[in-house]
Amino acid sequence: MEDRPQIGYSKKVMEHFMNPRNVGDVENADGIGTVGNPVCGDLMQVSIRVENDVITEIKFKTFGCGSAIATASMVTEMAKGKHIDEALKITRQDVADELEGLPPVKMHCSNLAADALHEAIKDYRAKREGKKEAIEEPAR
Amino acid sequence: MVYLDHASSVPVDPRALAFAGRYLKEEYANPSSLYALGLSAKQAVEEARARVAALVHAETPSTIVFTGSATESNNLAVRGTALRNRKKGKSILVSAIEHVSVLNPARDLQKQGFDLGFVPVDRYGVVDLVFLEENLAPETTVVSVHYANDEIGTVEPIREAAAIVHEKGAYLHVNATAAAGRIPIDVQEDGIDLLTLSGNDLGGPRGAGALYIGPGVKVQTVMPGGGQEKGLRSGTENVFAIAGMGEAARIAAMEMEDEMAREKAIRDRLIEEVLTIEESYLTGHPDFRLPNHASFRFSRIEGESILLNLDTFFGIQVATGSACTSRTLEPSHVLIAIGLKHEEAHGSVVMSLGRSNSTEDVPLVGRAMKETVMRLRSISPL
Repeated sequence: MEDRPQIGYSKKVMEHFMNPRNVGDVENADGIGTVGNPVCGDLMQVSIRVENDVITEIKFKTFGCGSAIATASMVTEMAKGKHIDEALKITRQDVADELEGLPPVKMHCSNLAADALHEAIKDYRAKREGKKEAIEEPAR
Repeated sequence: MVYLDHASSVPVDPRALAFAGRYLKEEYANPSSLYALGLSAKQAVEEARARVAALVHAETPSTIVFTGSATESNNLAVRGTALRNRKKGKSILVSAIEHVSVLNPARDLQKQGFDLGFVPVDRYGVVDLVFLEENLAPETTVVSVHYANDEIGTVEPIREAAAIVHEKGAYLHVNATAAAGRIPIDVQEDGIDLLTLSGNDLGGPRGAGALYIGPGVKVQTVMPGGGQEKGLRSGTENVFAIAGMGEAARIAAMEMEDEMAREKAIRDRLIEEVLTIEESYLTGHPDFRLPNHASFRFSRIEGESILLNLDTFFGIQVATGSACTSRTLEPSHVLIAIGLKHEEAHGSVVMSLGRSNSTEDVPLVGRAMKETVMRLRSISPL
C-alpha cells in the first residue's frame, strides 16, 4: 500500500482493514453477540469459545465500512485469551485507542465491536445459567 | 491507477492549463485596471465569456456571469432569483435529488419565510412532471431541476420541465455541472432561464464557475462588493481559472461528440461486466443517463468498504453514496429519493469516466469489483 491518507484512517486501521484477524464464525460457539442494523449500515457479529471463563477462540463477521471491519478485527485480538470479566471491561474507546484513533464521524456508528463482544459474553453467561437450570430443574 | 471519479473532479486539461498559465505568470494584472496589462486580462475574461456562452448556445456572451464555483452559481441562482422576485411570491420548488449547494440555500430561504416544495422523482431519478405542474403556484418564482444527477447519472426532461415552469411565469434554474461538456446543452432551445456551470468539471482549473442568466431574468446579488460581473458577483476576477474554463469550454464544444462516444462505449462494457456480479444492480436510468456515468448498488456489503478495497488493493478510485463517507451518517438523499431502502442505499458505487479511461480498464475494473464484492461478502454476516 502506498503511504497516503485514506479517509483519515490511521495506518493501524488500514492494516486491520487489509488483513483482518479472526474472520468467520466459531463452530458450535459458546456465545454469539450481534449488534447494529443493516438499516444503519453497520452490523457486527462476534462468536466466542470459552473454557474456564477464558475466551479461547473468537471470530467476527461485519457488514459495514472500513473502520467497522478494523474495529471488529481489533476487538477479537484484544479479547482473545482474556477472562470474560476482563473482556467485558474493553470499551469502544479502548478499541479506538488501540487502532491509534478513528475519525470522529466514525466513532458513533462503526465502533460497535466492543458491544458485540459484550453481547457474546452475555449470551455465553445466559446459556451457562440456562444449562445450570436445566440440570438443576429435574431435582426440584 | 484507474481514476473513475470524474463526477467529483476532472483532471485539468493540459491545453487549458497551458492556455491559462500566462494569466498567472505574465498577464497578471487586475482586469479592472485601465492600463494595457489590465485590459489584456479583461480581454481574457471576455474571451472566456464568449467561449462558455458558445458551449451552451447562449444568446450573447453578456448572459454569462463568472463566479468562483458551481456552488456559488447555485446560490446566486436560487437565492438571487427568489429574493429579487419576492413581490411575485415567496414560493420555490426544487427537485428532491438536487446537489446540496441547491438544497441548502433553498432550505435557508425556507427559514426566512419562503415556501419550499420538493419535486419527487421516479425510481430512475426522473422528476415527476405531473407533480411539478400540479404544484406550481402563481406565487412560484423559481424552480430548480439539474440537467443530470452526478450520483446516478440520470438526465432530466429539461425541455418539458421548462414548458411547465414558464406556463406559470416562473423561472427554471438548471444545475448543469455534471452534464456540461458531456451532452449538448442549448439554453435557448431547452428554455432554460438560469444555468450553472463549473470550470473544473469541464477540465479547467478549480476556482471558476459560471451562471447563465437569460435575457430579462431578474436576479439580485447575494454578495455585494466592488461591482464586478455586472454587480452580481463582486470580487477580483480569477483570470487564470476563468481563462482556463473558457479554453476547457472551447475544447469541450469541439471534441464532446467524439470523446463521449468513446467514453460511452467503455462505460457500456463496464456496466455489462459489473452486472455479471450476483446481486448487483444499476442505479439511475438505463438509457437517459450521462454517457460517461455508471452507478451501481450491491446487496449485503457497504459502499465505503468497497471504495477502500478498490483503492487499496487495485488502485481504482470510485465514489459512493454510502453514509459512511458523509458527515451525517444518513445514506444519500438521492438514493432514498429513488425509493431505495436504507440498507440498499448503503451499498452504492459510482463510476464516472473521463479522458484517461480506456477499454483496457474494463477487464481490470471488472475483476477488481468481483474480487472486492467476494471478499467483503465473505466477511459479511448478511
